[in-house]
Amino acid sequence: MDTRFSDEDLAFRDEVRAFFKEEYTQELQDRMKDKTTFKAAVVEWQKKLHAKGWIAPGWPVQYGGTGWTPTQKYIYDSERASAGVRDNVPFGLTMVGPVIYNFATEEQKAQFLPRILGSDDWWCQGYSEPGSGSDLASLKTKAERDGDDYIVNGAKIWTTYAQYADWIFCLVRTSNEGKKQEGISFLLIDMKTPGIKVNPIVSIDNHHSLNEVEFNNVRVPVANRIGEENRGWHIAKSLLEHERTGIAGVADCKRAVTEIKRLASSEINGGKALIDNPNFQSRLADIDIELMALEYTELRVLASLSGGGAPGPESSMLKIKGTEMQQATQTLMMDLAAHYQGVLPADLSPEVLGHSFGSQARQSFMYGRASTIYGGSNEVQKNIIAKAVLGL
Amino acid sequence: MNFDFSEEQSMLRDSVAKYVQDDYDWETRKAVAASEGGMSAKNWQTFAELGWLSVPFDEQYGGFGGGPIDVMVMMEEFGKGLVLEPYLATVVLFGGLLQKGTNDALKEALIPSIIDGSCLGAFAYLERQSRHELSDVLTTVTAEGDDRVINGEKVVVTNATNASQFIVSARASGDQSDKEGLSLFVVPADSDGIELVSYRLMDGQVVANVSFNNVRVSASNAVCAEGDAWNLINNVTQDAILAVSAEALGIMGQLNSKTVEYTKTREQFGVKISIFQALQHRMVETFMAYEQTKSLLYRAVCDFEADKPEKRESLLALKIMIDKAGKLIYSEAIQLHGGMGITDELDIGHYAKRLMMIGTTFGDAMHHLTEFTEARYAN
Repeated sequence: MDTRFSDEDLAFRDEVRAFFKEEYTQELQDRMKDKTTFKAAVVEWQKKLHAKGWIAPGWPVQYGGTGWTPTQKYIYDSERASAGVRDNVPFGLTMVGPVIYNFATEEQKAQFLPRILGSDDWWCQGYSEPGSGSDLASLKTKAERDGDDYIVNGAKIWTTYAQYADWIFCLVRTSNEGKKQEGISFLLIDMKTPGIKVNPIVSIDNHHSLNEVEFNNVRVPVANRIGEENRGWHIAKSLLEHERTGIAGVADCKRAVTEIKRLASSEINGGKALIDNPNFQSRLADIDIELMALEYTELRVLASLSGGGAPGPESSMLKIKGTEMQQATQTLMMDLAAHYQGVLPADLSPEVLGHSFGSQARQSFMYGRASTIYGGSNEVQKNIIAKAVLGL
Repeated sequence: MNFDFSEEQSMLRDSVAKYVQDDYDWETRKAVAASEGGMSAKNWQTFAELGWLSVPFDEQYGGFGGGPIDVMVMMEEFGKGLVLEPYLATVVLFGGLLQKGTNDALKEALIPSIIDGSCLGAFAYLERQSRHELSDVLTTVTAEGDDRVINGEKVVVTNATNASQFIVSARASGDQSDKEGLSLFVVPADSDGIELVSYRLMDGQVVANVSFNNVRVSASNAVCAEGDAWNLINNVTQDAILAVSAEALGIMGQLNSKTVEYTKTREQFGVKISIFQALQHRMVETFMAYEQTKSLLYRAVCDFEADKPEKRESLLALKIMIDKAGKLIYSEAIQLHGGMGITDELDIGHYAKRLMMIGTTFGDAMHHLTEFTEARYAN
């Protein structure tokens, strides 16, 4: 056991730090904040990472991965978060990408993987349905064979960024025989196909990132199915395990703690900085200690994967603890903002409003409520640990 | 000893409950929230006609002569319906300061017009730097003969855009956070030198930052003895804490009952999710948090009615519990509603947001814990 960085690791850290400093410009960040330029700016950034060869740290080298050691991955993510660099949009790079290189045909790999790496296609995820949330396998969107096509009918919900997407990966029902898990197939669907309708959902952060996606007689080539017909469930599960690993977000949480410390030094209550208030210190320490532990829990999982293995049911723990910590930091940030925590976006400068972070704290907090629900709710994750890890 | 409401209190509660039930449905509330001022003048007139605006005022000014329990029963019902009309700002704070102040001429001039619904008021007390410290006041007042000149800025002022009159806290002497040297003045909203920058909060309120630039009022607009307003500010904000706590209790009850109902209808894995023991236990926890909050509310409100020496500690315990239990209850309500819980369309998120704002209004748990622990454990 040894967690010291080698000289190579330190050199790598410096390289990553310099790259973010140089390339992640304020101008680019400003365009990401504006919803009219958001997508183009994100794609531009991801293309820069691709050009640098850093777009897919989690992928095997043969498909375009970085070949980094677990330590390098840790360094990269820590530097990314502390530089305030947004994480990549996950739907292509960390969700459907691994599904394709693990389960797809060579033709499918050639068709889709380069465009995922190059951020040429924007992907979204068609898993949940209005009646199928935690009980994902009860999904009803059906795909019926018609020659070389499937005809897809149904609806998906909570589809993040469907309004931007070129492609959607979907779980569809291809059979009602046997157990409900056994009649599910994994389909890739071009969002431009006739019969697809995207309905926006405004969430409690007052933003539109979620959608309902309707399918009315949507014709999808059988060639767009990944894996065998009716064998989509185990593909779906492997994707969810990848998704859960990425969800922990320890590095971003650590950055939030640093930000909270900074802000709490200048929030004065009754002549005393909040950072000096024992009640505040106790709240912050609770979070800090859990994060110190979670950082190493994540590293231990990461190290166990370095042989190229797939994350197992223990990834559920990262998801549960990671999202709990995200919500704890978001809640503390709201308390820091005090009366300004409720401010809705208006065209008021911080100088006029008298406050700089209330509206952002509110938005992060409100959207953050979703983190314990999506990717398989935390209740479902606990069921997985109980069953698959504890053998209950 | 009993915890029963009087006949009058029951009638008052039923009157508000019936109104919320019949005339303040979710669509109505949404329309009020979207309106320019974040309130309905028509609804306010109805409140006046139903006598609600008279409740805490002395009978000599046309009031009902009610106490904290009377206000509590109303506020709890307002909470259940997420009523946006500015009862807290106008009646409890603005009216409360006048009523408990010492300026009889102002009482005679303004309280009847609060009661008949024609005067909306706002209490401008928060400043950029003040966080939860009510005595942290940089706004100044200086004497020029019989006039008083006010300079400074108040922020996040509730009901500021609707109010025809403000009561503003200003420092006549002393240092930034001194409790001595504070004054309160009634200032007409149309006075020269007042500027408003308004914005919306997540709980549907329209608030404003209000600048006072050489705003001139008569010395006779002082709500109490000049330089000696701290006790009045403290007393009335204590009444306001009781009021918002009652509102919070109404919200907590709604979140809990809506969540229990939802789990009885939502099916996953072929069953209603309410049958899962893990979820049942969490709903039991939120139920107990609600009951514990109600107990502290009753404890505090009874202590205030009886003017017991320990009333301040009861109030602090209550406000700390409002923040803590509130966080638990809205978190569980959203979580157990799953994806639906994070939509703007469903009412759950809106109840949560109001509860969050109440948690921070007049001090959050972190703030009040300091005073509570010092009061109870310091040697």
